Amino acid sequence: MSRSARRIWGLIYRHLALYRRSWPRLLDLAYGPVLQMTIWGFTARYVLSGSGGALAGTAATFLGGVLLWEVALHSQMGFSMSFLEEVWSRNLGHIFVSPLRPREMLAAFLVLSALRVAIGVVPAVALAWLLYAFDLFLLGPALLALFANLLVMGWWVALGVVAMVLRHGAGAGALSWTVLFGLTPFAAVFYPVAVLPAALRPVARALPAAHVFEGMRAVLQGAAMPWAELAWAGGLNLAWLAAAVALFVFEFRTARTRGALLVIGE
Amino acid sequence: MDAIEVVALRKRFGAITAVDGIDFRVPAGAIVGLLGANGAGKTTTLALLLGLITADSGVVRVLGHDMAHDRFAALERMNFSSPYVALPYRLTVSENLRVYGHLYSVRRLEARIRELAETFELAPLLDRPAGQLSAGQKARVALAKALVNRPALLLLDEPTASLDPDTADRLRAWLLRYRAETGAAILLASHNMTEVERLCDDVLMMRAGRLVDRGSPAALISRYGLADLEAVFLDIARGRPGMAA
Repeated sequence: MSRSARRIWGLIYRHLALYRRSWPRLLDLAYGPVLQMTIWGFTARYVLSGSGGALAGTAATFLGGVLLWEVALHSQMGFSMSFLEEVWSRNLGHIFVSPLRPREMLAAFLVLSALRVAIGVVPAVALAWLLYAFDLFLLGPALLALFANLLVMGWWVALGVVAMVLRHGAGAGALSWTVLFGLTPFAAVFYPVAVLPAALRPVARALPAAHVFEGMRAVLQGAAMPWAELAWAGGLNLAWLAAAVALFVFEFRTARTRGALLVIGE
Repeated sequence: MDAIEVVALRKRFGAITAVDGIDFRVPAGAIVGLLGANGAGKTTTLALLLGLITADSGVVRVLGHDMAHDRFAALERMNFSSPYVALPYRLTVSENLRVYGHLYSVRRLEARIRELAETFELAPLLDRPAGQLSAGQKARVALAKALVNRPALLLLDEPTASLDPDTADRLRAWLLRYRAETGAAILLASHNMTEVERLCDDVLMMRAGRLVDRGSPAALISRYGLADLEAVFLDIARGRPGMAA
């Protein structure tokens, strides 16, 4: 293993050890997605029972929306919470004076984020299949592209949150729980972008998630995957990710200049 | 080669000048004390040496590496310990040492952990979460972490703060032994003058961001004509007339 890989593994190992010793943290990973799936599963069942099956496609888009949005939420939480765990445990000082490069720290958080998505979303996918006979894999190979786009969207939102923590201190960590929820109305998770008022549609179209969910709805309603939507999602993700990385680099440098890395836990 | 070379180092935070154009060097194998009252600029100086803060001007060279451009090469060969920076509480002692062993790319890590456990009498504690340890045990673990990569330079911020005299004495003995065995340099910020007299070859006295005096503990005591280093410290901290410029 290269020295860089060793350092990345060191930080991943630190968080795996933490989860191994903390069942509330493990439970928390799956709790949200399973709860959401339960609520939306019964909602979909209710909608179906009232429509005599005519709204089966709509019900399926609800369940698909819940499951895929959890990918973005967990991706973002997995990344930003890993950073916040270091802040809360007052361990950042040791991390930042170790040979771990900032890019290696971010790489470790990406891996932890992907692990958190897997642990959090798989039980909800299984629940959807067992209780509501909803098979997310009906989306076919495109599922991978939808999934990857939402994973990346979670990462750049989390990078923005981490940058705000570097600027404003641990108090900005609360953004972890709110930023992506705040974007939900514009992400077109449960309804098409066309439902939004005209003034808000450009906001939605600037978000990769809106294109992902437009694509998902098309496939679940029997149409072919609109690859143009996926291309938009991918392009927007690259642009937002580049902006978030630039913001992180700027805030990290500013924090070193202001001496903020010494007092970030306060 | 010097372990640390600092030239005209300056750092301001807004209107406050935390470090005001200091110059000093720490030779390889030396133990140097960094003394000063609260707010004198010791912590900022340590943070500048560790690359946690960027300087406004001046040069910091650690183990031959310029910290402004090549800090990671230096960070691989140095380490740091402070009672004010915690190790993850929920992780056991061995997990903590493993984490830092990986971060510092330590070869034969498990053997190194066993070696450190033996040196610092940590074997019975290896499977205990760090948060459940006493202050003395935590200090031993922190020192084990700081030595995990066999650093050529060790920066210590009040390493014996809040320790009982027995634990503090043993910790000082370990530091002296480490220096003797490896030839490592140690820069020590401390308010414990007995400790500084016992450990340090040289002392840097800071006040209001400036280095106002330096020399061996014995030389400083003699130059000020006082009974001990604590009296010298008080003279300098209070800016009495006998203070060197």
